[in-house]
Amino acid sequence: MSKTYHLTTPLSDEDVSMLNSGDIVYLNGTIYTARDAAHKRLVDLLDAGKELPFDVKGAVIYFVGPTPPKPGDPIGSAGPTTSYRMDSYSPRLIAEGLKGMIGKGKRNKDVTDACQKHKAVYFGATGGAGALLGKQIKSAEVIAYEELGPEAVRKLEVVDFPVTVINDTYGEDLYKIGRSQYEVK
Amino acid sequence: MREIAYEEIVKNVRDIIVYSASNLPEDALQAMKDAYENEKSPVSKEVLKQLLENADIASSEARPLCQDTGLAVFFVKIGADVKVVGGLLKDAINEGTEKGYVEGYLRASTCEPFSRANLKDTVGYNLPAIIHLYIVEGDKIAIEYAAKGGGSENVSRARVFPPAAGKAGVIEYVKECISDAGPNPCPPLTVGVGIGGTFEKAVISSKHALFRNIGSVNEDPEMAEMEVEIKEVLNKLGIGTMGMGGTETVLAVHIESNPCHIASLPVSVNVQCHSSRHTHITI
Repeated sequence: MSKTYHLTTPLSDEDVSMLNSGDIVYLNGTIYTARDAAHKRLVDLLDAGKELPFDVKGAVIYFVGPTPPKPGDPIGSAGPTTSYRMDSYSPRLIAEGLKGMIGKGKRNKDVTDACQKHKAVYFGATGGAGALLGKQIKSAEVIAYEELGPEAVRKLEVVDFPVTVINDTYGEDLYKIGRSQYEVK
Repeated sequence: MREIAYEEIVKNVRDIIVYSASNLPEDALQAMKDAYENEKSPVSKEVLKQLLENADIASSEARPLCQDTGLAVFFVKIGADVKVVGGLLKDAINEGTEKGYVEGYLRASTCEPFSRANLKDTVGYNLPAIIHLYIVEGDKIAIEYAAKGGGSENVSRARVFPPAAGKAGVIEYVKECISDAGPNPCPPLTVGVGIGGTFEKAVISSKHALFRNIGSVNEDPEMAEMEVEIKEVLNKLGIGTMGMGGTETVLAVHIESNPCHIASLPVSVNVQCHSSRHTHITI
């Protein structure tokens, strides 16, 4: 049975270990944005033995490229982008201590294996609910790669940001569970 | 010869882009409400509710429905008795596109294929627009517009089958496409299927099929029947809203069929997410 949690970042091993696929989580605190281009740069930094622009230990990364804010707003519409494009980079960040990723769509086995091995979870946010999700973001600040525009790394402060656990630390996958219940062979 | 001012086209294009970004068209909104009513999975139903709420917020607060405000795609029919004065039609559409994306605070998603550099510094903001232009009878310009997102475009595919593949082969191909895509293209979907023609004709037909109003019936009775059949097949996949599992994976299947070469059966599947931002105007 699906449970509901309110969690504040940074997340601990204990936080993520109590979550199961299908649970609903309202996230609070700081999360960071990054898409493909930023992920490549982050992993390049790790390869070069350099420091990341934010502390990845316990962090949650949101795969999003928001619309420009209207005057007076912290951010524009900000729903998730499709996550598989980050699959080749995520395991490296998980090994460094990343505890959560927010996106939409399937992840590959390398990512879900890393989630089990290092205790991390993959959250789904509702794709196409950009107006609604943007309202849960109270501040946004570009902290790296400004030249990437919508793909720059932003530090966001979120309040009750609604996500669902897709892949948990036990190897379960909500997409597979959900589909198997309704597929007519 | 009727004269239409360049600036009038710019303004019209700008306006439909800004409006479409935050207002789901009536047909798409109704289809989402129907999906909410019919959905058997409580999880998918909850997500559909969130999406209907999102549509409300977007419309009432003039915020983009989705952060992926797409590439701007146009199908334009210009009457042979129209003369655009003050500039070229293509330039007017591009200028209106840039104005709409800048003034509407929409995301510029256009980039170079390999450097991934955003083009806004060189050729303009979210330019060039994708324009399909046709010359027709009359003295009007009919513009069909859609903001096409990347997630659903990424799962689209095309293939030229041998004729023996037949209807069964086409249906299996569409099923495979949607099944493999799973949650990634943001279901519930509209599925555009282009059949026949040459390779590129099938692809363009599958795109154009997405501009048709959801809920409308295909004028060709054979294709209308096939649309119903494919929709049933796809909804048995159980993917549901955003892949959470459910009975409502597809809002509609739209087919455009063309005569083709005796050796070929081209098929293209172009996928549209639930945020089906399409509209049309006549100038």
